[in-house]
Amino acid sequence: MSPLHAPRVRADSLASLPEHSADSPLAVHAMTVAYHRRPVLWDVDFDARPRSLVAVVGPNGAGKSTLIRACLGLVPLAAGRVEYWGRSYRQQRRRVGYVPQRETVDWDFPVSALDVACMGRYGMIGWCRPVTRPHREAALAALDRVGMADYANRQISQLSGGQQQRVFLARALAQDAELYFMDEPFAGVDAATERAIVEVLRELKSRGRTVICVHHDLQTVEEYFDDVLLLNMRVVACGPVAEAFTAENLRRTYGGRLTLLDEASEAVARAARGE
Amino acid sequence: MSVAPSTVEGWPMQGVTFDELWRTLTLQAGHNAAIVVLGATLLGVAGGVVGSFIVLRKRALLGDALSHAALPGIAGAFIAATLLGVQGRSLGVLLPGAAVGCVAGVLAVQAIVRWTRLRDDAAIAAVLSVFFGAGVVLLSVIQSMPTGDQGGLASFIYGQTAAMNARDAMLIGVAALGSIAAAALLFKEFRLACFDREFAAVQGWPVGAIDLAMTALLVVVTVIGLQAVGLLLIVALLIVPAAAARFWTERLRVMVPLSGALGGLSAYAGSCISALLTNAPAGAIIVLTAGAIFAAGMLFAPSRGVVAAVLRLASLRVRIAVDHALRAAHERAEGTGTPPPGRGIALALRVGGLARIADDRVELTPRGEERARRVVRAHRLWEQYLIEYADAAPSHVDVSADEVEHALPPALIAELEDALRRRWLRVTKGAPASPHTLGGEHQGGAT
Repeated sequence: MSPLHAPRVRADSLASLPEHSADSPLAVHAMTVAYHRRPVLWDVDFDARPRSLVAVVGPNGAGKSTLIRACLGLVPLAAGRVEYWGRSYRQQRRRVGYVPQRETVDWDFPVSALDVACMGRYGMIGWCRPVTRPHREAALAALDRVGMADYANRQISQLSGGQQQRVFLARALAQDAELYFMDEPFAGVDAATERAIVEVLRELKSRGRTVICVHHDLQTVEEYFDDVLLLNMRVVACGPVAEAFTAENLRRTYGGRLTLLDEASEAVARAARGE
Repeated sequence: MSVAPSTVEGWPMQGVTFDELWRTLTLQAGHNAAIVVLGATLLGVAGGVVGSFIVLRKRALLGDALSHAALPGIAGAFIAATLLGVQGRSLGVLLPGAAVGCVAGVLAVQAIVRWTRLRDDAAIAAVLSVFFGAGVVLLSVIQSMPTGDQGGLASFIYGQTAAMNARDAMLIGVAALGSIAAAALLFKEFRLACFDREFAAVQGWPVGAIDLAMTALLVVVTVIGLQAVGLLLIVALLIVPAAAARFWTERLRVMVPLSGALGGLSAYAGSCISALLTNAPAGAIIVLTAGAIFAAGMLFAPSRGVVAAVLRLASLRVRIAVDHALRAAHERAEGTGTPPPGRGIALALRVGGLARIADDRVELTPRGEERARRVVRAHRLWEQYLIEYADAAPSHVDVSADEVEHALPPALIAELEDALRRRWLRVTKGAPASPHTLGGEHQGGAT
């Protein structure tokens, strides 16, 4: 509906990165996603600019997490396709990192913060091989970048919520990806964690990485992010924060229920149930 | 240990000499007995190792369904072999039958969850009971068959290590070693799939295949454990050592070997007793040994045990009472009257070197004074914060602060100071003045 018509960065300015990086790191084409046959995302079109920090913003139930999960293949697409540097996710997996919501795992699991950070390296280590010292050191360095090196040997249930969030971030950093998806990393964290995450976002950007981040705090969008995707079951607006993050667009995203879309979803679900 | 044949007194070891007991425990009671004990011990280790992942993957119930589903497989294999004129009662026939039953059970559970709205607990319970019922019916069919030599099939229900011969035991031991090796090889993959399936999937790990490998190991251990432990109790050999090991460690790479060791110990003890007393229910003894180890861990483990938790709670209570008494003493020094602490707390204050008590007067030592200042400061900062940020009435903040003052770590106090400074309040090194009148009913606090 409203794809991001941002100026593409020219290939010659990215000589240090692999050659097909000239393409957008993430291109979503006409994506429709349904849960139990009930559509939750309609016809989403979206291109991420290389080297940008993108906030995905919208009310509860707008499909922000679903967008990320569908991009990563965790939720099947009902229609459309997702491309990473012009190729399928399967081919580019190594270059894509993921920071899930903290609530998705059991934090009483018997592992240390370092063990979790090491999981970001498993893809490089490969089947049936143990985690060797260089990988452990890389994971420790990632923990250090989020200020958690001192807690490396703590069992993860003994960490505060914010510290757990930073451990998840470290796990993604340990993978050294080029495009990161983060699902509400700032939700319910302490001030120290928020500062640490912002620091990491800036560092990632300065190193040419791209971050797509589901974000709930409208007050910090302008301060933390370059681009914004306003989402409410469909793309309301997207583009550089200065252009897209307007009062009018916010009103269209948050104000008023999208009764027609809701009703249509309900009708589709009813039809699928055979009513 | 060449003691005269004095017998061990009392049930159930009556008639067993120390000599026999010692030789069995040290694997010197003959080649056959030694191999059986070794095989059972390896089975116990495999159960503990594989069970760790099953517990962490929260699939304990599936193990139970699986073992019950083995019974119709065993009975069916026996009937088929007898009809074909093969000797039915050999592990070479029965174990493949058991494996087929297990796999059918798992598939049935998955099909029910996939195609209906039932949750997996209901699916597991349904499959478990229906398959077991089918097995019992098939056993009665065998009973009525003219040629069948069905003796010993019932041992698969309750388990009987003594019924194993050396060849059975070797087969079991080798299969157990194989599953231990496979679990060691896939340690990293299992850890990832148990902890965070979605992340594993995003990273390209085939979580379905990893789960399948885990279930396959579960099937192997269940099938080889049927004869020694019995299908009713084999799930305990998978779950109880793992749950016991979890009490003692916070690391998976410690928990897995520890669980294996506990499982091995249980199976070793059970099979030794079974070797001495042919009628002893080996499976039950193995499981009871594991249960005793579990209970010991539950009570006495250093941080996760019940005793440790009770002690922690008690020491927290004392700390809170002492804090309140110190604050009361400090505030009395500010010029408000508060009642003296009770005897128990007075003792805690003296033992901690925090105060001297003379004629019902509490005199704080320098250390006590220092800690009292800290508590009072935390208390009043929190009160101010509530008044400033939560619009709480000054008369209502005291109780909340009573709860919070003991729990505030330095980092949080620093944040509190920041928050108050943002509201243009002066934050001094000392405690701010109390926002409400002191000497109220909460101030004695030593309750």
